[in-house]
Amino acid sequence: MDPIFLVEAAINGILLGGVLALLALGLNLIFGVLDVVWIAYVDLVMLCMYAVYFVVTVWGWPFWVGAVAALALGALLGVSVHVLIISPILTSAPINQLLATGGLLFFLQSFATFLWTTDHRSVRLTLPSWEVAGIFLPATRLIPFGISILAVIGLYLFLTRTYIGTAIRAVSQDREAMALMGADPRRVYLVTSAVGGLMAGLAGTLLIFQYAVHPFFGGQFGPLTFMICVLGGLGNMVGAFVASFIMSEVIAVGGVVFSTEMGYVIAFVIFIVMMFVRPGGILTKRS
Amino acid sequence: MLEIGNVTAGYGHFTALWDVSLRVDAGEAVAVVGPNGAGKTTLLRVISGLIPTRAGVLALDGTSLTGMAAHQIVAHGIAHVPEGRRLFPALTVADNLKMGAFLPAARAHHAESLERVYTLFPVLAERHAQRAGSMSGGEQQMLAIGRALMSRPKLILLDEPSMGLAPVMVLRLFDLIRRIREEGYTILVVEQNVRQVLKLVDRAYLLEVGRIRMEGRAAELAEQDFVRKAYMGV
Repeated sequence: MDPIFLVEAAINGILLGGVLALLALGLNLIFGVLDVVWIAYVDLVMLCMYAVYFVVTVWGWPFWVGAVAALALGALLGVSVHVLIISPILTSAPINQLLATGGLLFFLQSFATFLWTTDHRSVRLTLPSWEVAGIFLPATRLIPFGISILAVIGLYLFLTRTYIGTAIRAVSQDREAMALMGADPRRVYLVTSAVGGLMAGLAGTLLIFQYAVHPFFGGQFGPLTFMICVLGGLGNMVGAFVASFIMSEVIAVGGVVFSTEMGYVIAFVIFIVMMFVRPGGILTKRS
Repeated sequence: MLEIGNVTAGYGHFTALWDVSLRVDAGEAVAVVGPNGAGKTTLLRVISGLIPTRAGVLALDGTSLTGMAAHQIVAHGIAHVPEGRRLFPALTVADNLKMGAFLPAARAHHAESLERVYTLFPVLAERHAQRAGSMSGGEQQMLAIGRALMSRPKLILLDEPSMGLAPVMVLRLFDLIRRIREEGYTILVVEQNVRQVLKLVDRAYLLEVGRIRMEGRAAELAEQDFVRKAYMGV
């Protein structure tokens, strides 16, 4: 095989990794703070993708309006999931929280099918692409990657530089001590859920550059997102970031060398093996 | 400043405090001493709102705090240094202090408060970028107290500040608490180290099985035969 294909695959892997990192960090943020896994996270992303589709393609508004709508919808969905589903069962057994957000997943998939059928819908964007040294670089991949990286940097600054961001990290370490600092833990949870939802909105906006949306879009990226979070160590933001790029490289390069399906098979095999070797995530030391 | 009247409180079906009344005046240092399981920690947790009262009243400077949540009580000027310090171990020293100044009123004076805490505990300035969980017990206790000072409280609740510290460190810590007192803070401290704490405070209460058994000047309490025998090992 021409090595240029491998180089191109590796670059595509990096570009895909940016968006995957955004998905994984959003899910991981919620888990790290609330200790709850939003099984339906990528299904919220799916709804945000529909928002972009309707605003831009159906109603003919400019793309940025669609993006703003998706971000707003994402934040609203994040807050709603917390208030309506998580908050009432926050102190119950983890299995109940999994079942509740799992139920939400089926609800959203069915409801989306009911409203919009199973048609694949995409937003037609006329964007340039470049060819550098025989490697094909489309803007539909470069732009989402660039924005993802900026968003990850933004999230990092938010969590480390602001009071509420630091409080989000602090409340995950000691909820009661944070109440003694004068912060209402319920409010911190709400802000966390809103930020997690906002990231789902942004991920939806960026995914629609390359993918068509349909009611079962969550099945395409959901398992991969969980795998990345677990591989990086649930709740570990740096680990999730690194794991996103490992997984996206395996899928992209494996996809070119063998086949797209084999790329995923290899990724899942690596995941299973790593679960035995490093059950606490790739960045933890072996005990 | 702080008035507690006939408070009864507990966990589930268990009652830890029975009809407890206590008062702390502005500028005073008051201790609550007593054996393990007497309800000392529960008393502080009731004051800071972590445990609701079943009966009785709580007031600070005439404002009723009864029924308020912990995060609201902090805003009224009570800072609680909890048992076991309860720092945010993965956060740096500076971030822990920043969380102490979380409330808007405290946030506005963040730089000023930080300078005061760093003057009081120079070791915290040296270690500002270190993770709180990686410091020694004594340094962690200083950070816990510093974090409480960051909220610019009127009253500081200290729960077993000497717990788990080496004897030398205990003496140093009590010196530091004395200095905090001299800066004009009002202090309510719970301690098992009765001998040391009675040298520090003006007045003390003796709490036994959830009830106030005695109260008086620290010096008077230290003179009592049964206190000396039971708590000071004399």
